Amino acid sequence: MAELFTHEFFKNALLAAVLASISCGVIGTYVVSRRIVFISGGITHASFGGIGIGYFLGVNPILGAAAFAVISALGIEYLTKRIEIRNDSVIAMFWAFGMATGIIFVYITPGYAPNLMSFLFGNILTVSAPDIMFMVILTAVIVLFFIFFIKIILFISFDEEFARIKNMPCQLFNYILIGLVALTVVINIKVVGIILVLSLLTIPQNIANTLTMNYKKIILLAVLFGFIGLVSGLLGAFYLNIPSGASIVFTLVIMLAIVKAVKRLIIYSRGIK
Amino acid sequence: MKKIVEIKNMSAGYNGQRVLKHVSLSIFGNDFIGIIGPNGGGKTTLLKVILGLVKPWEGRVEYLQSDGNKKLNIGYLPQQFSADRKFPISVGEVVLSGLLRRRNIVRSYSKDERDRAEEVLARMGIGGLSSKAFGELSGGEMQKALLARAIISSPQLLLLDEPNTYVDQVFESELFDILEELNKRMAIIVVSHDAGMISSYVKTIACVNGELHYHPSNEINNEILKAYNCPIDLITHGTVPHRVLKDHKK
Repeated sequence: MAELFTHEFFKNALLAAVLASISCGVIGTYVVSRRIVFISGGITHASFGGIGIGYFLGVNPILGAAAFAVISALGIEYLTKRIEIRNDSVIAMFWAFGMATGIIFVYITPGYAPNLMSFLFGNILTVSAPDIMFMVILTAVIVLFFIFFIKIILFISFDEEFARIKNMPCQLFNYILIGLVALTVVINIKVVGIILVLSLLTIPQNIANTLTMNYKKIILLAVLFGFIGLVSGLLGAFYLNIPSGASIVFTLVIMLAIVKAVKRLIIYSRGIK
Repeated sequence: MKKIVEIKNMSAGYNGQRVLKHVSLSIFGNDFIGIIGPNGGGKTTLLKVILGLVKPWEGRVEYLQSDGNKKLNIGYLPQQFSADRKFPISVGEVVLSGLLRRRNIVRSYSKDERDRAEEVLARMGIGGLSSKAFGELSGGEMQKALLARAIISSPQLLLLDEPNTYVDQVFESELFDILEELNKRMAIIVVSHDAGMISSYVKTIACVNGELHYHPSNEINNEILKAYNCPIDLITHGTVPHRVLKDHKK
């Protein structure tokens, strides 16, 4: 076990796990409490379009994913509020359009797209030092933003109509927050991949929400459970020789099942149904 | 008493369909107006125009304040609370959110503000529930908590849309007693289907059915009373048949 920590890639993976658990713990609490998981799913999959374009143009696919994810996020936020199309339809359109764009550009790119699978399903062991730097910066921005504006974020998320009556800058905050959701998705693509990143934004938060109804405590517990899930999944992947992204998601789901079962047992043992 | 809101010849609606037409209304600082009318008549739309949530198609809404502030401090209790019942927020946080202003979005709530929230909750009869999750409240308790949120900032105008929905009869009477007391410090507009109930408390009744018809009590004279066959200082008319009797007052 100690030998693992001598490898640079494993140290990077652990650092990535810490940063992913913080960024996803904070942003995921917003996503889950505001019930915008489906929007996040749309943004996540739309980012694949940017990856395809990145490959085609020969630029870093993650930069392409970031641009595509942010544009999709702002587009979904704008169109669902301004145009008379059903929210879920707008999200599905961005979802499918992004995936289609990605597939077309990957297909027409000359040669072989070698790391495509790692973008779809992630591999935390491939996280590089520049990736870590990007994760540090974004995680710091997210944490500071939530520390300063937790009151208004909570307020707008709970009852936007009342917030508008109180003259709060709701639309500005909605755009900033959905932009942060998009960037969080992108920086975690290498950790668990496009297909599985939603798990980091939802499962730790649901484990936490099983134990508390306090927003701030949910954030802290989601960070903790996310980190436990990421490290356990990483070790599981290493020892069982299975893909790390899938191993992490599998671990998180087992943790959720255990916490739910234990809570139910406690409730039954107290005689409360 | 000073006029705080002036609505002039206002029309409004949704999705190209007009709901209110040519509505004019003056709201004074000590008004207590009851709004009645049929479903779809525009009662809630009128409140939303006053709140700034719905923009008028024509006409204008003016907020007249002595301190020169453009935005009037308005408290609001919605008809149906559509937020997620499982949202992780405590009753105390919900009530304190009524104090939020643009200038204090970063700082934490002070001890005075927290004490004020406890005090208002106690006045609503749900003292001690401050740390409870909002989603664990009953329908009536939620209504009380939302009313506490609406009044904690001591607004100049309080708008209530069907406030007696979900509350028991005991609290319903108590609620209107609370409103009568609040009316000494703020103007109140209450929407209700129960004309009999509100007529015991309000100073004016307005009927909204696309158009607005209302009479402030100080304009009432024998001619009007005779015209509307209404024996009290409350006048209602429009297309909805209704009659309000003074002896409803308890």
